[in-house]
Amino acid sequence: MSAAPDPAAPDPATPESDAAPAGPLLPELAYNFAYLDEQTKRMIRRAILKAIAIPGYQVPFAAREMPMPYGWGTGGVQVTAAVLGPDDVLKVIDQGADDTTNAVAIRGFFEKTAGVATTTRTSEASVIQTRHRIPEQPLTERQILVYQVPIPEPLRFLEPRETETRQLHALAEYGLVHVKLYEDIARHGHIATTYAYPVEVAGRYVMDPSPIPKFDNPKMDDCPALQLFGAGREKRIYAIPPHTRVRSLDFDDHPFRVQRFAEPCAMCGARGVYLDEVILDDRGGRMFVCSDTDHCETRQAEGHHGGMWGGAPGAAA
Amino acid sequence: MPDISFESATPSYVPAAGFGDPVFGAQAAFRAVMWALSRPGRPEPLPVDLVPPAPLSAEAAAVVLALCDHETPLWLDPALAAAPEVAAFLRFHTGAPLVAEPGAARFAIVSNPLDMLDFSVFAAGSPDYPDASATLVLQLDGFTPQAPAARALRLEGPGVEGALAFAAGPLPADIAARLAGNRALFPRGVDLILTAPGAVAGLPRSVVAREA
Repeated sequence: MSAAPDPAAPDPATPESDAAPAGPLLPELAYNFAYLDEQTKRMIRRAILKAIAIPGYQVPFAAREMPMPYGWGTGGVQVTAAVLGPDDVLKVIDQGADDTTNAVAIRGFFEKTAGVATTTRTSEASVIQTRHRIPEQPLTERQILVYQVPIPEPLRFLEPRETETRQLHALAEYGLVHVKLYEDIARHGHIATTYAYPVEVAGRYVMDPSPIPKFDNPKMDDCPALQLFGAGREKRIYAIPPHTRVRSLDFDDHPFRVQRFAEPCAMCGARGVYLDEVILDDRGGRMFVCSDTDHCETRQAEGHHGGMWGGAPGAAA
Repeated sequence: MPDISFESATPSYVPAAGFGDPVFGAQAAFRAVMWALSRPGRPEPLPVDLVPPAPLSAEAAAVVLALCDHETPLWLDPALAAAPEVAAFLRFHTGAPLVAEPGAARFAIVSNPLDMLDFSVFAAGSPDYPDASATLVLQLDGFTPQAPAARALRLEGPGVEGALAFAAGPLPADIAARLAGNRALFPRGVDLILTAPGAVAGLPRSVVAREA
């Protein structure tokens, strides 16, 4: 085969090529609103409606591959994409923070594919997608909280077979979970489970609240907002409707208790909030700061300051 | 090569238009239904731009167009099934298979709730998969005690803060007993989406309804 140039092909050096329109050769890739196609959204929406009708029950759904790896919120992203409308204001948090990689990436994803407004303020958001936290500021009636869930099945580490766990849920046979909590007491003297603490929803299904600290469990009970849970890899959607009884499992002699922190937030001085430990040096220096960055910044702006507050955020010292 | 005549492809019946904007029309209808089922007995506004063939109402059409497709067998009550334009409209816009057997349907549209079939003829799901159940879309006249054949209910359960008075009509005289029977199956059961002009309300299987 000859390597001679095709005589029909234009010579790149000819003036015609200069006349070609500037810009990319292919049109910019256009996605449907919020990335997912409409049939996928309908399928997810139907699953969400059944999840709302059966609080705490994990509805199987045909989760799609998303342009992000499993474990980075593919389930939450699909739920958000299915509920999102053009007038929504989206907030995304990762462990309470608006400014970490996962939160920034997902916020950018929906800015790009849906063009929706985004915010870091809990009070301004109509849809909040979260990884592993519930905001400190109480949620309100018209808000939707979308949780990213890695393992939706609260019985999975106790019974690996899906066929079995499905039957246990059908029979409301939750003795295994209580045995697990009892073994905590037998080993440690108290219930040592501190996150993904199992809850009973509306007196029926035992549910994994996703790996939120158990500190956040009481916020799920009688919450005025709608709580939706999406597990992409495990292909499950579940929900807690507003004003639904959510009870953390416990025993009469070992009642459910949340974590307590000895000191307030070092930045905003808040007490009664969930704090992250930050290691400062290799000589044991540490500080505790709000995990919820929006809550902390709002308090600082209102003039509340903790012991290590060093001036307004972003201001030169 | 066969001669293809394009004139022969002209349809004899042109169905009424669907959502003015299929993406945002479906999203708005879904969001209204989502809030309606999340907060049983609290009607949500549902503005629609559809003009479906009678006796299908615009609001019921919006719910079905937003949620149904080839994966959801659809059952029509006798009044709707008697109107071939309704079937053509729904087939064209959703692609949903229309089924004669109510037990095979995932969605059912009831245009005449007073003659509604018993819930037990519809799929209630299994104990393992309670989500494999029917969603009934009812066409009502209004969500007030003044609506014709209105029934007053007192609602409790997930999504209801305390207890709530709810009235809607027309509904069968024994609707409270039917809902109680449906609740007794929980987590199995059917879910009701009630539509009325400009609004939608939900009675999911989780709701506890008593006669008020």
